Amino acid sequence: MSNTHHKESFWTKYIFSQDHKIIGIQYGITSLLFLFFGFSLMMIMRWQLAYPNTPIPIVGFMFENGILSPDMYNSFGAMHGTIMIFLGVVPIVVGAFGNYLVPLQIGAPDMAFPKLNMASYWSYFVGGIVMLTGFFLPGGAANSGWTSYPPLSIIATTGQTVWLFGMVFLITSSLLGSINIIVTIVQLRVPGLTWMKLPFFIWAQLVTSFLLVLAFPPLEAAAIFQLMDRLAFTSFFMPSGLIVGGAATDWNGGGSPILWQHLFWFLAHPEVYVLILPALGVVGEVIANNTRKPLWGYKSLVYSVIFLGFMSFIVWAHHMFLTGMGQTMSMFFAVTTMIISVPSVVILSCLFISLWGGSIRFNTPMLFALSFLPMFGIGGLTGLPLGLPLSDIHLHDTYYVISHFHYVVAPGTIFAIFAGIYYWFPKITGKKLNEVLGKVHFIFSLIFMNGIFFPMLIQGLAGVSRRLADGGQSYAHAQSVIHFNEFMSMSAWLLGLAQLPFIINLILTIMKKKDKVPDPNPWNATTLEWACPSPPVAHGNFVKEPIVYRGPYEYSVPGHKSDFTPQSEKSGDK
Amino acid sequence: MKIPFNEDLRPDTGLYNAKLGIWLFLASEVMLFGGLFSAYIMLRLSDPNWANYGQSALNVPLATLNTAILITSSITMVMSWVSLKLNDIKKYSFYMGLTLLCSFGFLIIKYFEYSAKFEHGLYPSTNNFLAIYFTITGLHGLHIIGGIFVNGYFFGPGKKMWSSEPQRFTNRIEVAGLYWHFVDLVWIFVFPTLYLL
Repeated sequence: MSNTHHKESFWTKYIFSQDHKIIGIQYGITSLLFLFFGFSLMMIMRWQLAYPNTPIPIVGFMFENGILSPDMYNSFGAMHGTIMIFLGVVPIVVGAFGNYLVPLQIGAPDMAFPKLNMASYWSYFVGGIVMLTGFFLPGGAANSGWTSYPPLSIIATTGQTVWLFGMVFLITSSLLGSINIIVTIVQLRVPGLTWMKLPFFIWAQLVTSFLLVLAFPPLEAAAIFQLMDRLAFTSFFMPSGLIVGGAATDWNGGGSPILWQHLFWFLAHPEVYVLILPALGVVGEVIANNTRKPLWGYKSLVYSVIFLGFMSFIVWAHHMFLTGMGQTMSMFFAVTTMIISVPSVVILSCLFISLWGGSIRFNTPMLFALSFLPMFGIGGLTGLPLGLPLSDIHLHDTYYVISHFHYVVAPGTIFAIFAGIYYWFPKITGKKLNEVLGKVHFIFSLIFMNGIFFPMLIQGLAGVSRRLADGGQSYAHAQSVIHFNEFMSMSAWLLGLAQLPFIINLILTIMKKKDKVPDPNPWNATTLEWACPSPPVAHGNFVKEPIVYRGPYEYSVPGHKSDFTPQSEKSGDK
Repeated sequence: MKIPFNEDLRPDTGLYNAKLGIWLFLASEVMLFGGLFSAYIMLRLSDPNWANYGQSALNVPLATLNTAILITSSITMVMSWVSLKLNDIKKYSFYMGLTLLCSFGFLIIKYFEYSAKFEHGLYPSTNNFLAIYFTITGLHGLHIIGGIFVNGYFFGPGKKMWSSEPQRFTNRIEVAGLYWHFVDLVWIFVFPTLYLL
């Protein structure tokens, strides 16, 4: 590797970079843009829900008669889900946080395979672009929901084919990325960093990566089948005797639409844990740092995460209680679902107990992390009735489900993402984000998130179905709860407005002049990423390879001079 | 900057990076083909007409020949790696060449099998047995083609690395070999499940 000291051009340094830090930032910027785009789709959809069939203000010129037609509504809904999950949240928690922080927290100079890392980002980027081209096709983007259930998805317009090709790129990207993360964690830990001295965030990333490696390929198989069904007219997912619009279809039939659901949810349930585990990791780091005491029950946390990862592979059919797969199957999956809630509760309890007796610093990252706990709690607890076949029959496919998983992902994972951005921003740039703007961002985000998702629980219990383009207006049983629609839409737009302080904060802080030598450890943290300069040295991170002498969370050790003892500090150094 | 354990073994895991990487990749491949095979089982069990779908149209003797060819190629692949371990680059090229020859042989026979099906009007859309047959063997064929690209590179331009970094090159052949054995192993599952059972 003698070619590392020559001067890099702009292209190799910032665009086709092989430095994990640059790639992490690339992932971060791209996925934040996708998150905002996916949210914008929803802000438009919420107009249609609040004021059905009235012209949309501001952006109405982009639509026929200024109205979001039901077909477009379906398409926006499908793309909102796809973009938020596969192009927004997963790339930011695994691609951005994983890439940037995993090598730093284990003291490595880079990821194990820098070239693969670059390939993984560009594969993600291409996949995203392919997905977006769907909007410009006749018939619009994919419109069969993010779940793409056949036979609907197979007789759908071309947008679905593009969706499937986009998926193949995204699957390839996360496959390469997660293999890279696992190898990095297993192989590149610095001397002294044994398994039980790893920060909790690293454990979360490790388990997440295993989920990605093992759960995505069955979806790839399913995507190949669906492509075959759409392009070569096979009948993997097409039942016999299907009549569409009064006419028989071109397919011979004999296949099984349920097969898709099995293959899809075999991915998509572990995917839920891909969304939440890294978020738990981030929250763990922020909480330990800002309570100034060790995480309570570190080992229980680690074993719970591993158990959670394992169990997540055998709960998938709880999404399918209404397919008539039979009582035995339903019972099995109901039981495994109840079992998987145990480690989730253990993790949440450990994080809560960690607060006990701490001298808590209420800075912006900590506020986001603290509010993550009850929000994720609501998300988790509302999931229990969905895991039992009896109550699921009533709640299935209603707004209750939407509320449940949004509580997990939106004020859950996305709040953890914000916590992470505020917490590690000084490491990336050498400058802290503004606290006042941060707190404004936090408080309004918290209020409006709940303004959107809490009324959904009520609507769902009343039986309002999801995916209705008019928000339930044409249904008698929805009339008593339909007035919430306007309130929720207002909350959604205000939530969009509440992101302005965040964006302004990012821009202002980046423009601000840097200190001559930025404080490498502004939060007085113990883990290894704070032992290198801020920002870390390009290609290599650490000035001198650190050696680890202690566990990750040695805060307030009695008898020690300061209230934190970095992992790389030899005893009696200070 | 140098990535640690790129070619030497990490003492506590006993692995170099790429070896762990390829094993993880193969684990994901197991899940991919696992998904395909379980779909096959589910479709077959839920379809009462499955017996009439013309499994008999498949050419068992040709497939048997292909099985033998692939197993041979796995052996020559190991031999090429062993030759490098014994510092014999000439023998390496000989065995790697044989491996490539076998892979092309496999694809040519597969081509004859496919075209015979098409001549008789048997397409993926004809019925679900043929659909799964073409999908699984087609995907396996893509894996063979991928292997040809990798092995072809190490047979041709990639060989230069032997003179500068022999250990790293040997590792590369080992990793490529692991992948190749996996592709071989998949066929050993494909052959009985599709042709014989």
